[in-house]
Amino acid sequence: MTDFHHQTLTELSAGLKARRFSSVELTRHFLARIERLNGELNALITVTGEQALAAAARADQQLAAGNAGPLTGLPIVHKDIFCTDGVLTTCGSRMLSNFVAPYDATVVERLSQAGVIMLGKANMDEFAMGSSNETSWYGPVKNPWNLKKVPGGSSGGSAAAVAARIAPAATGTDTGGSIRQPAALTSLTGLKPTYGRVSRYGMIAFASSLDQAGTLTQSAQDSAMLLGAMAGFDPRDSTSVDAPVPDYLATLEQPLAGLKIGLLKEFFDQGLDEANGKLVRDALKVYEALGAKLVEVSLPNLPLSVPTYYVVAPAECSSNLSRFDGVRFGHRCENPHDLLDLYKRSRGEGFGAEVKRRIMTGTYVLSAGYYDAYYLRAQKVRRLITDDFAQAFQSVDVLMGPTSPTPAFDIGAKVDDPITMYLNDIYTIGANLAGLPAMSIPCGLLGGLPVGLQIIGPHFSESRLLNVAHGYQRETQWHRQIPQGYE
Amino acid sequence: MSLTRKDVENIAHLARLAITEAETPVYVDSLSKILSFVEQLNTADTAQVEPMAHPLKDQVQRLRADEVADVDQHHKYQRNAARVEAGLYLVPKVIE
Repeated sequence: MTDFHHQTLTELSAGLKARRFSSVELTRHFLARIERLNGELNALITVTGEQALAAAARADQQLAAGNAGPLTGLPIVHKDIFCTDGVLTTCGSRMLSNFVAPYDATVVERLSQAGVIMLGKANMDEFAMGSSNETSWYGPVKNPWNLKKVPGGSSGGSAAAVAARIAPAATGTDTGGSIRQPAALTSLTGLKPTYGRVSRYGMIAFASSLDQAGTLTQSAQDSAMLLGAMAGFDPRDSTSVDAPVPDYLATLEQPLAGLKIGLLKEFFDQGLDEANGKLVRDALKVYEALGAKLVEVSLPNLPLSVPTYYVVAPAECSSNLSRFDGVRFGHRCENPHDLLDLYKRSRGEGFGAEVKRRIMTGTYVLSAGYYDAYYLRAQKVRRLITDDFAQAFQSVDVLMGPTSPTPAFDIGAKVDDPITMYLNDIYTIGANLAGLPAMSIPCGLLGGLPVGLQIIGPHFSESRLLNVAHGYQRETQWHRQIPQGYE
Repeated sequence: MSLTRKDVENIAHLARLAITEAETPVYVDSLSKILSFVEQLNTADTAQVEPMAHPLKDQVQRLRADEVADVDQHHKYQRNAARVEAGLYLVPKVIE
């Protein structure tokens, strides 16, 4: 029995390059694990075994010819929000349960060009709206650390797949915490890059001023490898930023002595589980031992992140999801008696309860007479929050705090109360509102469930964040933990 | 903020969403709760604040020249449509 699933992408890459094993062997190993374990986890919606093996065979030819890159032959899964040419792309929704994407998202295209093998498409909250992966039309994803618990969301399938090592890494998207919160709840390294760093082309839109693609991996080093291939200017995304992509691996080993860490006062004050908070503080001590300086900082407007988000994100969602009309693609109702009936019933049947709730919230806050009171005000508060972050980064290099207020909760525990569910994202939303890059790294276990440390940096500081995360992972082994039953 | 059943029916109509009799009270309750929750935004002093339109400072959305940038692939794209005829999307009759 091989131990491919105990290895990080970095280690697997070295093994492929040294020809210790082939990409086909590697791909077969993970496809066999998917076959055996995906049933209980429900992490993947689609498995693309045949395509994966064909791509792996091509990768092996490149490896044999000596013209392979560092990612050639490495298998991963893509969140089912990324369009994949010729492959079912559902976004976790009944609306798109018959949608075969006619082109690849830029993220998929770039990784594929770098030789990455797609094993399949990961389950997710419907249209990325959720924090527990319970809103998926394809059913909830289970957390491999405890099958009764949620894996977090919306990138819950990506997180469960990597945590259970049925894939060595995954892509995800993060609009309000959808990479970082599931990473925290499943003991993974999650990275949400700066807004505009990674192209949104072909990534099904939820809230376009907040959405950003990133990675769920076993280590910061793996994340650096993937981000290098994913990031960069794309003329097909009008908000893509035209800035050079640094070599994220080159700066990983820089010493952390003198690093100034700002502790987010509001995060430690607000709704944080005490034992969870202690693990986060223990992680901060590791940084102190590495020579970092800790200072408390206050972002007075940060407590307004959640209400700001729940105006701005639904507003953008109501606009983005108007494209689903039952005409050009997606679910269409039976026997519509007129065009209005076609629109209304196709959408009413195609969307789940949470998506409809957010479309209606957005429709309301943008409607005549309410626009100023809700949407415009939220966009003003959004600037106040963004300015608070900018002010903080004048005196510190990075900000740290918890990723999530508690470890993973029971499946079903919060589904009936949207506000309680929304408050799961209390610590992650700020970075989205301000467009900042942020990570979550594993920093311990509480009652057998993982806890994450969040690191937030100024715009385009991904190199620094990865360096800071890697520094911790050199000193600790939390990121190497595999849940029982998946070793 | 408390919404009525009629408010929710109106919002659902504006959003072109058919919602069932049984769903309506659930949305009346949850949308009212969400709107009350976001009223916290009124505690911030925003009198002198410009609304934020882009998360990155001084970024503007690019424009591009109006040139053909893609080839015609309508056959491929229309494979996802429920009803197509002669390259056209079919919908119920709109004009009598």
